[in-house]
Amino acid sequence: MSFEPKNSAVKWVEHRLPIIGMLHHALYEYPTPKNLSYWWTFGSLAGVMLVVQIVTGVVLAMHYTPHVSMAFDSVEHIMRDVNYGWLLRYMHANGASMFFIVVYLHIFRGLYYGSYKAPRELLWWLGLVIFLLMMATAFMGYVLPWGQMSFWGATVITNLFSAIPVVGEHIVTWLWGGFSVGNPTLNRFFSLHYLLPFIIAGVVILHIWSLHTNGSNNPTGLDVKDKQDTIPFHPYYTVKDLFGLAIFLIFFSVFLFYAPNYLGHPDNYTPANPLVTPAHIVPEWYFLPFYAILRAVPDKLGGVTLMFGAIAVLFALPWLDKSRIRSARFRPVYKMIFWIFVLDCVALTYLGSKPPEGMYIYYGRIATAYYFIHMLILLPLVGLLETPKPLPASISEDVLSKKPVAQEAGNA
Amino acid sequence: MLKLITSLSIAALVSLTVLGSAQASEGAIELKSGNFKHGGLFGTYDRAAAQRGLQVYREVCAGCHGLKRVAFRTLMDLGFSEDEVKAIAASYEFTDGPDKDGEMFQRPGKPFDKFPSPFANENAARASNGGALPPDLSLIAKARHDGDDYIYSVLTGFEDAPAGFEVPEGKHYNAYFPGHNIAMPPPLSDDSVEYSDGTKATLDQEAHDVSVFLTWAAEPKMEQRKQTGLKVILFLLVLAGIFYAVKRKVWSDIH
Ligand code: HEC
Ligand code: HEM
Repeated sequence: MSFEPKNSAVKWVEHRLPIIGMLHHALYEYPTPKNLSYWWTFGSLAGVMLVVQIVTGVVLAMHYTPHVSMAFDSVEHIMRDVNYGWLLRYMHANGASMFFIVVYLHIFRGLYYGSYKAPRELLWWLGLVIFLLMMATAFMGYVLPWGQMSFWGATVITNLFSAIPVVGEHIVTWLWGGFSVGNPTLNRFFSLHYLLPFIIAGVVILHIWSLHTNGSNNPTGLDVKDKQDTIPFHPYYTVKDLFGLAIFLIFFSVFLFYAPNYLGHPDNYTPANPLVTPAHIVPEWYFLPFYAILRAVPDKLGGVTLMFGAIAVLFALPWLDKSRIRSARFRPVYKMIFWIFVLDCVALTYLGSKPPEGMYIYYGRIATAYYFIHMLILLPLVGLLETPKPLPASISEDVLSKKPVAQEAGNA
Repeated sequence: MLKLITSLSIAALVSLTVLGSAQASEGAIELKSGNFKHGGLFGTYDRAAAQRGLQVYREVCAGCHGLKRVAFRTLMDLGFSEDEVKAIAASYEFTDGPDKDGEMFQRPGKPFDKFPSPFANENAARASNGGALPPDLSLIAKARHDGDDYIYSVLTGFEDAPAGFEVPEGKHYNAYFPGHNIAMPPPLSDDSVEYSDGTKATLDQEAHDVSVFLTWAAEPKMEQRKQTGLKVILFLLVLAGIFYAVKRKVWSDIH
């Protein structure tokens, strides 16, 4: 089913730059397992959110002023005076949260179905690189409105680098471009916040390239055996993804139009003031699990190491998980520890939002310890010891065994 | 699909409760409800209350608090006519210039001007308020959790301190202000203003009205936002229905 253009203009271009054929191959023919569930929609939703962030962001940048004495005012100018400025800004601010929701679900989908295992290790790594770049982008974006949380969040997070022995303090000064978070910091954060999404877009292309090299995983975790197992991406998954997109946009709209500040912090509507420290400095919700891990140990360097370690273990995941079976559907014990791990991540999110005092400190330590126990001990052990359920012979056999009625009524 | 929706809704509920309770416990004091009409999916600003609230702001709060992000012209959103807006603007003096001789001059305010702040700078504001800074009120409703109820609660929350509670010199006991010792003297009491629409100016009424006004000042596009949202969501529901039907049709031959 290769691409053979009829239109002479298309032929002319194709002969010189076979880009239409490439897109046709990627978005049309791409042979996709026929049993993908809606959990496979979140990848394309993440792609949509990246576009939403870039489009709204570029327009916001036309009205925004990256200067400590004007940034806050320029954002309020957007909210009050620019036509539909409130819509743009709320889309961008809530869009970041939506982007993280979608990507977190996308990652947990990968964990559940073992999508990180051979031959998709590089694909998984590229996904994690995207995730890291997203965190950097979102962090610097949150600094731009120059409210109290912008300023103090930036101060706390950049200060983490001072934990590095010997050169730490120098690195922090270098990051700030001065002796505290100030105008040079704001300017470079704006520059980088504008740049990184385009780098993310580049890594997304690699991510999808890698995906298409071995094809999508699927709920059975089985490899595709023959043509029986796959269907072309278009129209089957294009329309399925479009339906998923419409539902997701409704969810997005509820926040955007009816609770646009719910996911934000009120302190960020007070202009930054280096002389007044807010009562609680909390990062955006999507950083809370990592914030909880950071604060789990009393030592700064230890906390920072653990926090980066929490992401580093994700890179090692393909080798930590010793099971050759991908999908949790056939791994009863893994399925159980997967859900406990999900609960642990929810608990870390909650604890990250709490002041580090009293029992919260101990709960934070337990939840952090469990995160690493899951990754470094349970995952390898379960992989070695667990008895998996019998696997179906192929994807299409699995699909048929589930649809006796459709089979009867079905026609070729 | 059904399974996905159920698990996602459960996850959403759990995380919203988690986030919600995380936020709630920060301002541990439970606020009074101002029974505002601007809440909910269809709520709009109570124009009459907001207009009275403007009067309270101008006659009472403006002595200490600025409202520097609000332009007079936007008052038309609250149902003021163009002439009324011009008159309100003209009641303030602005320094403009320099003119062609290089001199600064005084002129009456225009609709495009914004509310002037009562103090020339932060130090002047602190000097007049025993060292405390009366914040600009343009965004106060969004800068506090449940801002509308919070403003209402603080304004009606001045009480005698409970026995044994130490109120330092220059501070006042307030049931809703974090820490309870607020530098603002009780700004409102019965008949602090005389309403031209005949509404009885009780402390409670004044506090309610100025809270409505300040909520509008912080989020003037709320009504447009909710109306747009309704249209967008209805459109998306139809779109989702169409995509679902097409999806069923396209997938009907897959088994
Ligand atoms: C005599 C001067 C004065 C007047 C008049 C006044 N305020 Fe204040 N207000 C202050 C000061 C000073 C503070 C700072 C209090 C503090 O930080 O302890 C303040 C603080 C506030 C706060 C913020 C509380 C917080 O959470 O930080 C609000 C809201 C407020 N005033 C509303 C009003 C309203 C509404 C009016 C008019 C009805 C008003 N004020 C009239 C002096 C005044
Ligand atoms: C900007 C962010 C991202 C975009 C736009 C994106 C996009 C996509 C798309 C379109 C797919 C194919 C559809 C699908 O399987 O859902 C995919 C697959 C995949 N992604 Fe991502 N992704 C992003 C982030 C991530 C992250 C952060 C990870 C994990 C750390 C990740 C891991 C994977 C894996 C393992 C697959 C293959 C899954 C499979 O086929 O089962 N992705 N991605």
